[in-house]
Amino acid sequence: MAEKHLLFPFAIAVIVISLLAGAVRLQAARERLYPAPSVADDELYLRSGPALRALTGAFSTLAADLYWIRAIQYYGGTKRRLAALRQPEPPPLLAAVPDDYRELYPMLDLTTTLDPRFNIAYRFGAVFLAERYPNGPGRPDLAIKLLEKGLRDRPDKWEYMQDAGFVHYWYVHDYKGAADWFNRAAAIPGAPWWLKSLAATTLAKGGDRQSSRVMWEAIRQSAEVDWLRKDAERRLAQLRALDQIDSLQAAVDRYAASAGRPPAGWAPVVRAERWPGVPVDPSGAPYELGSDGRVGMSASSPLSPLPVEPERLQPPS
Amino acid sequence: MNAIGTIALNVFRESIRDKVLYNLVLFAVLLIGASHLLGQLTAGQDVKIIKDLGLAAISLFGLFIAVFIGIGLVSKEVERRSVYSLLSKPIRRYQIVLGKYIGLALTLAVNVGLMALALYALLFYMSWGLPPEADRVWDAPVRDPAMLKAVALMLIELMLITALALVFSTFSSPMLSVAFTFGFFIVGHFSADLRNFDQVVDSPAAARLARGLYWVLPNLAQFDVKSQVVHGQFVPFGYMVLTAGYAGLYIVMLLIIAMYVFSIRDFK
Repeated sequence: MAEKHLLFPFAIAVIVISLLAGAVRLQAARERLYPAPSVADDELYLRSGPALRALTGAFSTLAADLYWIRAIQYYGGTKRRLAALRQPEPPPLLAAVPDDYRELYPMLDLTTTLDPRFNIAYRFGAVFLAERYPNGPGRPDLAIKLLEKGLRDRPDKWEYMQDAGFVHYWYVHDYKGAADWFNRAAAIPGAPWWLKSLAATTLAKGGDRQSSRVMWEAIRQSAEVDWLRKDAERRLAQLRALDQIDSLQAAVDRYAASAGRPPAGWAPVVRAERWPGVPVDPSGAPYELGSDGRVGMSASSPLSPLPVEPERLQPPS
Repeated sequence: MNAIGTIALNVFRESIRDKVLYNLVLFAVLLIGASHLLGQLTAGQDVKIIKDLGLAAISLFGLFIAVFIGIGLVSKEVERRSVYSLLSKPIRRYQIVLGKYIGLALTLAVNVGLMALALYALLFYMSWGLPPEADRVWDAPVRDPAMLKAVALMLIELMLITALALVFSTFSSPMLSVAFTFGFFIVGHFSADLRNFDQVVDSPAAARLARGLYWVLPNLAQFDVKSQVVHGQFVPFGYMVLTAGYAGLYIVMLLIIAMYVFSIRDFK
């Protein structure tokens, strides 16, 4: 009798699992024979923030959270899709920007209209928007527009001004504009002291790798959230990689000058320079040496692609 | 078998007594009112919109019947304490569950059938007197029999949702059962997102978990062919068979769970 008591639930479980397995097999067969057409689900059907605010009523901040999640998924999904293509088609010369990320700004705009104090949406959103194609839409103008929107609601938010200065510096290479934003941020009560010196450095040595390093270090130290700090750490590692590439290139050029031709690989340079092995970047990925003797970063490195270095400020004539 | 049939018939009669069929009046008013309005508002797209509206209303009304009555089937008996008089009769517990499910499935079938009939009647009325070539304006003929495919899959989906509601009502309170069933309904319609989770997260473990959930949770999106039939796209017979087969196995699995839970439940 006791055995029967134990066997019955077991038999039920076996039957249930078998039926579920059968259902899964049928579903898999249906998907194989009649695959669902892929539907681009990136469209925004409701584009008016005020209308959405009215529709969501007391739940507008919750709706903002949902739009924020959607914006992150959209940005991350597009970035991964383009990365999988390896070499996404470059934008046509006459087009301002490719439209792979076309819904990113509307999503961020809706998020921040539904919740005008959504701090992270402004700060992350500005970075997402300013990133160069294919890592982002390459729209620093929209990044500034988003941050200015945040400042209209919170004029004392020096972090948004710092971010705007950073966008001007890193993506637009407008050092005067960057210094203006850093100065504005420094004037806010409670802003950190180093913003003032950052403004001065930017104005004097904009584009200099060392001043870039100072800026990223400042962002790393002031980052309120993990993602911003990690992003700053990655940028600092990229700057270290740029330094390393410069010194590696010098060694390769020395070898080429003495041998009369570029090295066929790393082995002769490693021997000549008495290095312990093939040089690796700060993430541990080996550097690549092209047949023309140019040193570069491996495409598989987490630090790739390296940033386009801003042009250095020309001393006034 | 006799007991199951008697219970099923009683559930059907009870739902008629509970004025469930009143929703048909609402449905008819909605359609006739909409057809009158849309003719003036939709720049010649009235037939398409009437089809969309009609099929969506069938689905929505059916969903409410399936969820609210499906949950009441068992939990109402327990709340009213009428379950004791049922259990004192020479009926097995599984027969009660099965009978109630079949009764509600019958109610749903009648409801959905009558709503579909009303939709066709309206479309007949709208196309009355039009020359045969008038159909060429639309993606699909006005009185397209292929719409029945969408209606059939909707009915099968509703039967699956009823089985889900029944499972929850065997062990949970009515409020929670409604929340669970609607939750599964929503997840079931968006489960494709779970399948493609690896495109938006870096964690392989999270992607695997999401993919596992995709296969285990009921996939309800496959029952929705409303858009295809309205736009005159062919829905293959094999698709219907595989989808219906999936629902059949899933429903049997859910009913076995419901019968087992109900049979071991202590009503003291």
